[in-house]
Amino acid sequence: MIPEGMRYIDEFRDSALVSNISRKIGLISEKQINLMEVCGGHTMAIHKNGLTDFLPETIHLLSGPGCPVCVSSQQCIDHAILLGRIPGVILATYGDLIRVPGSQTSLEKEKARYADIRIVYSVLDALEIARLNRNHRVVFIGIGFETTAPSSAAAILQAGKDRINNFFLLSSHKIMPPALETLAAGDTQIDGFIAPGHVSAITGYGIYNKLSEVYHRGVVISGFEPADILQSVFMLVKQIESGHFQVENEYTRIVKPEGNSRALAIMNEVFVPADAEWRGLGIVPLSGLAIKEKYAAFDASKRFTVKVPDSLPPAGCICGEILTGKSKPTDCNLFSATCNPLNPVGACMVSAEGACSVFYKFMK
Amino acid sequence: MCLGVPARVIRVEGNVATVNIGSVEYESSTLLLNDVAVGDYVLLHAGFAIEKIDPEEAAETMRLFNEISNLEEE
Repeated sequence: MIPEGMRYIDEFRDSALVSNISRKIGLISEKQINLMEVCGGHTMAIHKNGLTDFLPETIHLLSGPGCPVCVSSQQCIDHAILLGRIPGVILATYGDLIRVPGSQTSLEKEKARYADIRIVYSVLDALEIARLNRNHRVVFIGIGFETTAPSSAAAILQAGKDRINNFFLLSSHKIMPPALETLAAGDTQIDGFIAPGHVSAITGYGIYNKLSEVYHRGVVISGFEPADILQSVFMLVKQIESGHFQVENEYTRIVKPEGNSRALAIMNEVFVPADAEWRGLGIVPLSGLAIKEKYAAFDASKRFTVKVPDSLPPAGCICGEILTGKSKPTDCNLFSATCNPLNPVGACMVSAEGACSVFYKFMK
Repeated sequence: MCLGVPARVIRVEGNVATVNIGSVEYESSTLLLNDVAVGDYVLLHAGFAIEKIDPEEAAETMRLFNEISNLEEE
């Protein structure tokens, strides 16, 4: 029976429902456990809705590396800045990225000086800018995980089809499994993962098998509404208390076991896994998505020659430790007084989903 | 960043679906989905419909929420 007038939002925010699930968690939770909410969207939803108040003291939530703006390396920002200084280049990017400090400046400051930088909602908007400005070269800065990479791939295929040869992608796209496995093998105790729902919508369940089978961690793919998240915590607590680790799916209305095969096919047509640098994790083998040789004509990293110097993270910033669950934003000496949303020092304070920004907004 | 918004499809033309969120209309690409039809609910992400929402699974999840919240009384 399908409920009349279901809108897939309000129903999953019902406060009585949330309180009931919370009580159930309290009844079965005995061990002290750490759960990592991998996705920045989950971090946001947890603190915006005050969900930690609905959890017993036995359960500790750690923020993970699932905020694309946050994990993009400083070198990626510096690379984009250098491309934006080339005459005739228009940079297009998702909003948050322009405020991330590079080693000397940010895209926002470059825009204020002379660079032509456009904020877009979709990569297709960047493609349209290229279509309308054929005497300019338009570079889209592609960040994001499996959720977003297929759209960048689709744009490249569309550009090829429509012969838009002034459109280029600087791919900083990343994939989730190698990063999660690096964390599971690391020294932070993570008993279970609240797995990213929209990454999983594309990939399906299979990418998490190693976490449960090899590393013996709980994995539950979760939706983003309050009841979804608490239900996922409940499922994880059940797994951990029983010692029976598996990959479960709470977000069945969206995520299918096999994922979105069409989106995966488009992503795999254009991209090939390559080593990538993550803020906090360093270089993780085969965790990035590079553009295949076949589509090199659209690859900004090959079509433009710039020398990107090595760079050091900002002094005192512990963004890397926060992204790996080792520290909380409030552990950072810069938090609030020196580093805040108006004057962000590190990437985690820039993105609306960055743990530092979320803590600043909702925990003051 | 991986934000997704549920939206109802009200028109489909070629690779573009017009969708409704509340009372606002958006155009979204259907390049990443097979068989999008008027009346479907889809998940929008950065200008693309990335998955269809399964109404029966949604109802089942609601049932599970209630099931666990009733366990106490058992």
